[in-house]
Amino acid sequence: MTNPQPPWWKRNPLAQLTLARIKEFYREPAAVFWVYGFPLLLAVALGVAFRDRPVERIPVDVATDGAGGTAAAEALKAKLETDPRIVVTLAETPPARDRLRTGKTGLVIVPSAASPGWEYHIDLNRPECALAKAAADGALVRSAVPTLATPVEHKTEEPGGRYIDFLFPGLLGANLMGGGLWGVGFVTVDLRVRKLLKRFLATPMKKRDFLLAMLLSRFLFTIFEVILLLGFAWLVFDTEVRGNWLALGVLIALGAASFSGIGLLIACRAKTIETVSGLMNAVMLPMYVASGVFFSSDRFPEFAQPVLKVLPLTALNNGLRAVINDGEGWSAIAYPALILSAWGIISFALALRFFRWR
Amino acid sequence: MTSAITVRDLVKTYPARPPVEAVRGIDLDVAVGQCFGLLGPNGAGKTTTLEIVEGILEPTSGKVEVLGRDWAHDEAGIRERIGISLQETRLADKLTVRETLTMFRSFYKTGIDPESAIGLVSLGEKARSYVDKLSGGQKQRLAVACALVGDPELLFLDEPTTGLDPQSRRQLWDVINDFKARGRTVLLTTHYMDEAERLCDRVAIVDHGKVIAEGTPAELILQAGGEHVIDFTLSSDGGASVTDADLLGLPTVKTARREGQGFTLTAAEPHIALPALLNLVQQAGGKLAALTTRTATLEDVFVTLTGRHLRDTDGTSS
Repeated sequence: MTNPQPPWWKRNPLAQLTLARIKEFYREPAAVFWVYGFPLLLAVALGVAFRDRPVERIPVDVATDGAGGTAAAEALKAKLETDPRIVVTLAETPPARDRLRTGKTGLVIVPSAASPGWEYHIDLNRPECALAKAAADGALVRSAVPTLATPVEHKTEEPGGRYIDFLFPGLLGANLMGGGLWGVGFVTVDLRVRKLLKRFLATPMKKRDFLLAMLLSRFLFTIFEVILLLGFAWLVFDTEVRGNWLALGVLIALGAASFSGIGLLIACRAKTIETVSGLMNAVMLPMYVASGVFFSSDRFPEFAQPVLKVLPLTALNNGLRAVINDGEGWSAIAYPALILSAWGIISFALALRFFRWR
Repeated sequence: MTSAITVRDLVKTYPARPPVEAVRGIDLDVAVGQCFGLLGPNGAGKTTTLEIVEGILEPTSGKVEVLGRDWAHDEAGIRERIGISLQETRLADKLTVRETLTMFRSFYKTGIDPESAIGLVSLGEKARSYVDKLSGGQKQRLAVACALVGDPELLFLDEPTTGLDPQSRRQLWDVINDFKARGRTVLLTTHYMDEAERLCDRVAIVDHGKVIAEGTPAELILQAGGEHVIDFTLSSDGGASVTDADLLGLPTVKTARREGQGFTLTAAEPHIALPALLNLVQQAGGKLAALTTRTATLEDVFVTLTGRHLRDTDGTSS
């Protein structure tokens, strides 16, 4: 060879395979959008939807055909409207009950002869009904006892307690899951379909290098993704990380690695893009719903909790919330880290064992 | 002569009902410095044989030795010294020619530098182009360059020019001939007889998982009945009176074959056979619709051996 020795990264197969993945990715604008742009759009949409709820309107119907007729109804209406949130509709009992049944009103009040002078028609299983009843009770009691003092209300609007604060770590976790599964699983099957895996196998390339390059490239994409999401949320929604940054970094790295391993496992036998897409959705959708992305997984019944607790996304989301919102550190990520490591190591080992190269 | 590839009694059976016997007992000997061609129709077992020799598929039984080593014991040693171009590989669309070759080069301990590989296949002007911007012929040359970048002693090519235009085929043949000229060994499969004649020192004709003939192209053509072929067609009103026996009785004619109104004769000396043939047709009261003479090809060898044409048999054999 007359040429000087090329730099190490040109001679190192792991570096070359990783570099190839990165170049292929950023040269495909559509892929860049779906990985980086889409989660941001989702965060904006959800954040805007849940950020500043207007003062709530509480619809209440008052029946005009009860005892005392329209005059009694008007009197009740006046008392109820001392609470500015309550919006009263006057109607006869049957249409009012229809409005209750279809969720257009939260409570139907029918004036009556007996004390206290009215009756409630209500479905207590619905949260908006309970709210309407509480508001109506309050307004009516207050007008009956004008001397009752109103306690001072302190609003909790500071960062950390809003819905966006709850939502953001969940989106981050869901994004790590989607990125790991799609980024590794989809690409692996694509390479298999193109017979590139078989072509690589026909060279002295080490299988380990290939699989590591898949994980490593995924890991590098994750860094950008996370910085982008954290920065964006900080700029737009004022969310901030209250806990230990290093612990957060470790947790995110473990999450990314774990989901990459699962992605590799899902893709390890699949021969077509259709198969892998189906498998991917079968794994991801249940976790989207059950692992506390949009609402806490504690809302699921008790018997489901042991299963939910060992799901990787549940562990990751709980860990992320503990560090980002509750200001926790290493102790809070110990359990999530254990769960994520177990998923990552087991799935990677299985994938390595059963991987189909052609 | 040193052997680059030795294959003994190779069998590959795919489990199915009934089992698919893709390769049914093949022996091959490829000498160092030789270009050896596996010629046969689609589905004959060429690719299966090649991929077993390449160490990509496991044989059901039989022995394979590549560069004096076997796959079970020295896979890494063999991989370093061979280059492979598969039948269909879609390389990464969004890498450039140079990046693709740099990556493949990194897999080998020793080899040529990517720029030289680009030069070998004359893709210098395309070095900075993405793979998805290359023509079919350029992609195929890049695939061969990926096989050459490890500076192999032995090159495997699976149908290297299938689907390419004539100019691209000639460019690729030049690449392979250059490689041969450096004393290296090539094993290729093809179903183009002209390609086999053009490139190969030796040819094995494969059909239904077996080698049905082997030798240099010239030997095979001679074995099949002569170097010259006379094709003629009789117009439909007088053909029936010319029999195969009449044709075989003509001087120097070795074989005769009929397809409808068309006949194909092989003859050692057409200048003697032709006047006798014209005479025969005249006496039989026939009329010639067409008459051509040409030198025999491997296609004729295949047709003589199997009664089928190489390319008509697409999909009809296992």
